[in-house]
Amino acid sequence: MKVTVRFFASVKEQLGRELEEIELPAGISTVGGLRAHLRARGGRWAEVLAETRRVTAAVNQDMVKPGAAIRPGDEVAFFPPVTGG
Amino acid sequence: MKILVQQEDFDVSLEIKALSKNPSIGAVASFVGVVREVAMTLEHYPGMTENSIKKIAEEARSRWQVADCTVIHRYGDLQPGDQIVLVAAASAHRGDAFAACEFIMDYLKTRAPFWKKEHAAGGSRWVEAKASDDDAAERWQLRQGSTKP
Repeated sequence: MKVTVRFFASVKEQLGRELEEIELPAGISTVGGLRAHLRARGGRWAEVLAETRRVTAAVNQDMVKPGAAIRPGDEVAFFPPVTGG
Repeated sequence: MKILVQQEDFDVSLEIKALSKNPSIGAVASFVGVVREVAMTLEHYPGMTENSIKKIAEEARSRWQVADCTVIHRYGDLQPGDQIVLVAAASAHRGDAFAACEFIMDYLKTRAPFWKKEHAAGGSRWVEAKASDDDAAERWQLRQGSTKP
């Protein structure tokens, strides 16, 4: 399935990427699965999306836990803990 | 309910006047966040930002008697002394107005997708999230809509 992935703030800067459309291999159906898939690219991806790093995810603009399901056409975002206000 | 995410500054007095027009209102509590010492750039996630603030404000209205509220949050480049955020809650009585205002602010800090990047003389850096902000939001889960601790 195809999903849109967006990155914000320090995650965006460190990956050097803001947005991409990804065709996911069969078997990846959760946010955590997608994060692991991106991490497997190695290099900066492995570093920035490492399990030890605090990265928050959102699906269709709602913050979710790593077990959250993703469906074709979803917009998934990864970003650091928020610091507004 | 008025939720705005904008680059422009806002006028607190005009916003409070607008809230006070409703004849059932006896109290307006407001909070203004201001840039401290260092210039910064605020990034946000357009669309999600507005929706998340709206959800937080609706949650406040389900917990307390809030007749109306206004939240304005800026993004972009800000200088020391600039206003960043306004939260104003209007109610018949002050207890609900104070509680709703603080609740919205605490939740906004941990749920609304904004990120601050500070520009000091030595360079720029992303501001780290504080555990104390998580704690501030967490404590409302124990209070369950009561205005008393």
